[in-house]
Amino acid sequence: MTSFSSDIGQRRLTLADKVRGVQWGLVILIAAISGIGFAMLYSAANGSLQPWAARQMTRFAIAFIPMILVAVIDIRHWFRAAYWIYGVALLLVIAVDLRGFVGMGAQRWIDLGFIQLQPSEIMTIGLVLALARYFHCVPTENIGRVSRLIPPVFLILIPAALVLKQPDLGTALLLLASGAILCFLGGVRIRMFVLAAVGAGVAAPIAWRMLRDYQKTRLYTFLDPEQDPLGAGYHITQSKIALGSGGLFGKGFLLGTQTHLSFLPEKQTDFIFTIIAEEFGLVGGLILLALFIMVIGYGFAIAMRSRSLFGRLLGLGIAANFFLYAFINTAMVMGLIPVVGVPLPLISYGGTAMITMMLGFGLLMNVGVHRDVRIGRRGESELG
Amino acid sequence: MSARENQRQKLLTRRAALLAGGQAVLGGALAVRMYQLQILEKDKYAVMAEENRINMRLLAPPRGKILDRFGVALADNRPNYRVVVVPEQAGNLDGTVAAIGKLIDISEADHRRIQRDALRKHAFVPLVVRANLSWEEMARIEVAMPELPGVAIEQGLIRDYPYGTGASHMLGYVAAVSEKELTGDPLLELPDFRIGKNGVEKAQDMQLRGGAGTSQVEVNAFGRVVREIATTPGQPGRDIVLGVDMALQEFVVRRCSVEASLSCVVLDALTGDVLALVSSPSFDPTQFSTGLTPALWQELSTDPRNPLTDKAIAGVYPPGSTFKPVVALAALEAGAMTPDSTVSCPGYFSLGNATFHCWRKEGHGAMRLHDGIKKSCDVYFYETARRVGIDRIAAMARKLGFGSPVGLDIPGERGGTIPDRERQLALTGVAWQPGETLIAGIGQGAVTGTPLQLATMAARLVTGRAVVPRLLRPEGRLIPEVNQPASAFAELGVNPRWLALVLDGMNAVVNEQGGTAYAARITDPAMAMGGKSGTSQVRRISQAEREHGIRKGTAVPWKERDHALFVSFAPVSAPRYVCAVVVEHGGETGGGGSAVAAPICRDVLLETQRRDPARRVPQPEVAEVAPSAPPQPATRSDARRG
Repeated sequence: MTSFSSDIGQRRLTLADKVRGVQWGLVILIAAISGIGFAMLYSAANGSLQPWAARQMTRFAIAFIPMILVAVIDIRHWFRAAYWIYGVALLLVIAVDLRGFVGMGAQRWIDLGFIQLQPSEIMTIGLVLALARYFHCVPTENIGRVSRLIPPVFLILIPAALVLKQPDLGTALLLLASGAILCFLGGVRIRMFVLAAVGAGVAAPIAWRMLRDYQKTRLYTFLDPEQDPLGAGYHITQSKIALGSGGLFGKGFLLGTQTHLSFLPEKQTDFIFTIIAEEFGLVGGLILLALFIMVIGYGFAIAMRSRSLFGRLLGLGIAANFFLYAFINTAMVMGLIPVVGVPLPLISYGGTAMITMMLGFGLLMNVGVHRDVRIGRRGESELG
Repeated sequence: MSARENQRQKLLTRRAALLAGGQAVLGGALAVRMYQLQILEKDKYAVMAEENRINMRLLAPPRGKILDRFGVALADNRPNYRVVVVPEQAGNLDGTVAAIGKLIDISEADHRRIQRDALRKHAFVPLVVRANLSWEEMARIEVAMPELPGVAIEQGLIRDYPYGTGASHMLGYVAAVSEKELTGDPLLELPDFRIGKNGVEKAQDMQLRGGAGTSQVEVNAFGRVVREIATTPGQPGRDIVLGVDMALQEFVVRRCSVEASLSCVVLDALTGDVLALVSSPSFDPTQFSTGLTPALWQELSTDPRNPLTDKAIAGVYPPGSTFKPVVALAALEAGAMTPDSTVSCPGYFSLGNATFHCWRKEGHGAMRLHDGIKKSCDVYFYETARRVGIDRIAAMARKLGFGSPVGLDIPGERGGTIPDRERQLALTGVAWQPGETLIAGIGQGAVTGTPLQLATMAARLVTGRAVVPRLLRPEGRLIPEVNQPASAFAELGVNPRWLALVLDGMNAVVNEQGGTAYAARITDPAMAMGGKSGTSQVRRISQAEREHGIRKGTAVPWKERDHALFVSFAPVSAPRYVCAVVVEHGGETGGGGSAVAAPICRDVLLETQRRDPARRVPQPEVAEVAPSAPPQPATRSDARRG
């Protein structure tokens, strides 16, 4: 059980120490948000545990133990495994792409029987791990070199391109954004971002041609959703109606009219925020946003207290990832950005998203538990 | 910790702070957006939520009209008013229906349907309490409406036939779509949709039907229609123009009403236009579109006079003596007879040991073609048929339109039968007997045809062309006809000299003293008609009857009486109009074709020539008033058998 105990100089963390060191406040926050999710799934099914709420609760329970396990395994094991995890996630993404190619039509998941695994979601964690390790290892004096930027750019672009091809625009954008954030935190010069932005501007017309028609339509309808109220603009219009009609305090639990009358076909997944906003109004929506902000703040606090660069980057990356999910989803539902398929973390119905998110929080807690562990260039402990 | 490491630590902290700041800004944007949507624009979205959902509805197009040759509507759409009740607005549905029941009659079947629909449909869907309201019933409900919450009067379109029974057989009728007729076209699944079931309504259904329109309606969260957003009007059905002259048709209907059961066809021999097509008695097709009562259906379908059958095109009768022009023409063409060949008629004809009787027991004496037709001498035609043979008679009969449907452009036409040797053998396995040729020579036995075929025969005789009658006018209506147009039909290939001889004989039938229909002649020489009478036997006359005197007229049950037929054309100088009349079972008195059918032909052809629909340049505002009273049928005092 060496993995569960760690040497920090003279001090040795036992398993018991670690379990005590887990940020139980964060765990309570996660449980609270998930609990809101269960209630919303119960409401989405018109006041029934079937078919969504009960299964989502089961998944939460199943994922809870691995989350704590991830938190207590020595952080250096995660450091050493970082590239491997990234590699496995990449292989899974490729496998899905190939199968989608062979089986004709878009398939974003691998059916494991008890769960439909979406490798692109696992990739979000894998990317954070790999980039955190990479920037941890780059010597500070070399961080400004352009050659040092080539590996992370490929680490980001390869999975992003593969996911875009699935086609899953939302997750691809999410990978790009979270990769950029890690580069930013890792110390890449600001002018590189400016250069990248210019490059993206030049590449945009090419990328536009690679987009599928439905993705183009979504961008168009984002610009003018009223244009086609029966077609692609339907989602945005309907979710705005659901939100807006909620008012300050909402219509009350299980009393939402829009969400219950099946105006929104994906109310239990990507558009679940509309149920919260319709039934609990502005107050309910802001409470949920506040809970999200608390989780992110908790993540930042944990990360900044870590003594290792890997730990800091990992913690900030996980927190930023969580933020991106939550922001993209809610902004999309409110009509601030185009409709891209991104779930609301911990709340939307969906197995992989739930489990990935929980394991991510496990890593975040791991950073907190091992905040005093110093990590060398190759993952050996360093005396501080 | 080196200075560089320290510097990097600071950089990370700075950038983490920037990131947190960026996230805070974005989070703030979310909060502002929520405030905007949920507080500032709440009212707008609350209203939209109330009136949510957009639905597409199908609108039935108005069905095309059917017009006569002058543009008079024979089939039209009229508004149909029905009283509906919305259960949720009514509160107490049974009470409301009972209250309506005090104002108008609601049948037991309607009650059952309301109960059934109330259980199956949403409470906001209007239920039809009763359709086809009269003005008076509507007024009674309108007055009581303030005390009847949830009750409304809706308007729909219903097929209307302004002339009622006047043109029912050719027009057909419309009725609800049956399960078998569904093609996947959603239009057919509309609850009120009607399709043509017979006659022109069926033959031209696709043209008349038109294309569906759509209506986009906004429906609130409960499916109630809030408002109409956009309407795409349907493509109304196309109007269909018939060659019929409705005023003439009405005249014929009235003239025919004196007999129990008959049919009459009037054609424009040049164009083939059907000017009138009457089968009497008839039915009212409007009753079919409003819904027939079982009692009425029972009455119509069991009537021995077959009001539901179009006897003019589907009634099959032995043509009797009206078939004789065919036999004469076949013989002349074949050279089996010349116009001067003489046959002596002693009143009977012997073939082997069988005896065939002439209708005139005393005999006609020496007969040639002209007198043979004029006096309708059976013996003359026994001998003619014997000489020319059945096969050549059959060929000529088919050439003149018998033996198969002539091809009228509505469904339901029957073809009758024309026997020949080959057909007889194939059908019965028994060889053709020479005696049967004689029977066929006077249009009896296996020879049968429809009134339409008789009229077609007359049209072909007067034009020498293969005229095909038609109801639809491909050119549309209101065509001024300045010059006599050349007929578009192909030549029959019959020597015009023989045709002229046969027509001359038919002229003599009506216009010469001693002709079988002399009593029914038209005295105005400019309008004189020619024709041929016929009386076809329905039963066999037994030897006992011949010996003890044949029972006449009313002594025979109606169903066993002879049919009375007459085929005619006019004017004799330049024939244009032809008319065929078949009076089933000889009419009321059981008289022959010349006594019963010929006077009808005379009156119809006289009226046709007065109206002259083929040549008349119609006025834009057609207000034809047919004679107010039907002319009295001609006296039958000098009726002769034909």
